[in-house]
Amino acid sequence: MLIAVSLGSVACGKPKPPVARPTTSTGSANPGASSGAVPSPPEPVPEPVVPPEPKIEDPLKVADIDKINQNSPFQPVFFALDSIEIDAAGQQALNSNASILKKYQDWVITIEGHADERGTAEYNLALGTRRAAAARDYLVALGIPGDRLRTVSYGKEFPFDPSHSESAWSKNRRAHFVLTSR
Amino acid sequence: MTHTPLFIGTFATATTMLLAVAAGQQSQPPQTQEPTSVATKITSDVGAVPKLAVPEFIPLGKEPEVVSAAKAIGDVLWDDFDFEKEFYMIPRDILRTVPRPTTVEQIPLDQWKNVGADGVVIGTVAKGPDGIVVEVRLLKVTDGTLAVGKKYTGSLRSIADGGRVYAHSFADEVHKTQRNLRGVALTKLAFSSDRDGGRMKGPLGERDISNIYQADYDGANQTRLTVTRSLDLAPALAPDRGVIAYTSYRSGFPDIIVQSLRDSRAPISLTKGSGDNQNYLPAWSPDGTKIAYMSNRDGNPEIYISNPDGSGVRRVTNHPAIDATPTFSPTGTQLAFTSDRGGSPQVYIVNIDGTGLVKVTNETHCDRATWGPLNEIAYASRSGGGFDIKVYEIATREVRTITDGTGSNESPAFAPNGRHLAFVSDRTGKQQIYTIARDGRSLKQITKTGINKYPNWSQ
Repeated sequence: MLIAVSLGSVACGKPKPPVARPTTSTGSANPGASSGAVPSPPEPVPEPVVPPEPKIEDPLKVADIDKINQNSPFQPVFFALDSIEIDAAGQQALNSNASILKKYQDWVITIEGHADERGTAEYNLALGTRRAAAARDYLVALGIPGDRLRTVSYGKEFPFDPSHSESAWSKNRRAHFVLTSR
Repeated sequence: MTHTPLFIGTFATATTMLLAVAAGQQSQPPQTQEPTSVATKITSDVGAVPKLAVPEFIPLGKEPEVVSAAKAIGDVLWDDFDFEKEFYMIPRDILRTVPRPTTVEQIPLDQWKNVGADGVVIGTVAKGPDGIVVEVRLLKVTDGTLAVGKKYTGSLRSIADGGRVYAHSFADEVHKTQRNLRGVALTKLAFSSDRDGGRMKGPLGERDISNIYQADYDGANQTRLTVTRSLDLAPALAPDRGVIAYTSYRSGFPDIIVQSLRDSRAPISLTKGSGDNQNYLPAWSPDGTKIAYMSNRDGNPEIYISNPDGSGVRRVTNHPAIDATPTFSPTGTQLAFTSDRGGSPQVYIVNIDGTGLVKVTNETHCDRATWGPLNEIAYASRSGGGFDIKVYEIATREVRTITDGTGSNESPAFAPNGRHLAFVSDRTGKQQIYTIARDGRSLKQITKTGINKYPNWSQ
């Protein structure tokens, strides 16, 4: 419920380029879907049709999971200090991640929620939980089945950049997407 | 895994009895567990704190382990008394000016009087037929009256660390009978550490693991309690110290694990984590019958309480903001916890049935409330670029700042008598565990190897 509200507030705050967000239903009766309602049923993101390339196998279909994660096709989502709001850049990242998950329908991912060192260790475990959940809920709203999206919080245990600067902190406040199984 | 369970078993069978010592003569000790007289109190004739002389113990034998235990027990006992500050401790260099007797019949009371002592502790260590015999007595310097006398027996193994448990036991006894104080010398600190350097798989390469460790309250005997290639965080020792709960990622999802320290029974998962059910930050009720923790099983971080076997789960909080980091009140009827429902993380109090919510702090960022026995709540509060440890006194609503802005200081944990706190600080670089008196003095570094976090102080 809160997530829906927070997404809504972002939407109101900033006009933005076409962002894949569920706005209309796919033909099922939902005529009066109006503002303020719970997010309408998710609609798949229009997916670019990939021309078949018969000779070259898609490397992401065959590559080792560890290798995929080390050079991940997923984009992280970054957050403001003590915030779980997904900004425009975060929405773009999630749209891209959703496209990948639609292309590879057997992929199950874990969304790691992380926080920077400026919060307390314990509170950051809770904050990471909510960051991961915010990213998960957004992907679900874009039509990704929830059972393909696990979450976990690492608080400030695993900073992406261990140094003590705003540049490091901004990288450490993130949701990180990890291919877990397929 | 640790010698502690074995050792407690050994010690539990030890006989503890009063030594009737009069005029330096040892008579037949009565077979009793309780002192027959606590009338004699060590006092200072000027009304100040009594002054204690605690010299090295007397080895009754030439065995190296006996000789070294005699030195170590005296040293540890001196530190145990110095920790609580109930006595003024005659400095060690002055103690050495008084010749150490070779038998308990030759105690130079007049010389102890000359160095200003009101009381003197005379201890002996001997090898007996069944192991080690440690006899300790606290004498009034003016006339040699026995104030406290104890005889302890234990296995040879009991002095493997120098025999610290004998010092701790006697210190607690003296604090109880002489000062009406519940000592903490036998309590434990638990914490998480990466000191053993294990690594686990991460998405971009390996990550440091963290396991659970335990130490005596003074930092001695640091032992590893968990061995996993995982993150084990935020331990909480049960009130009887025989069971520990902690957060572990070993299943892939954070869970509350409850593990016996008495035997090698397999640890149990209290919470059965999954892709949408993760559980963190356990805290025991004071009677050991309940564990509170934070879980997102209903979609958002909330506080839950369950029995230590996982049954009887009850949800305490219900709010779309974060509710985390619970701690029980001394009566077990309330919880303090962290919530950001007001816009920033602050400490709140709630009855365990979810009623009676009260906001406690109103600062920038407060977390890790720990409810102490003196009805105070310690917490970490943002100050400058980091955090300081503060204590909120419930009766007066006054807040004291315990740490002084040196480094960043987090995760306070009260000693079970409320007179000290353990906490984490990065004041010397990596995060380490420290203890500090509740007046901000007597800072002591407990850990030095690796990164050490999430301290917990046993009952």
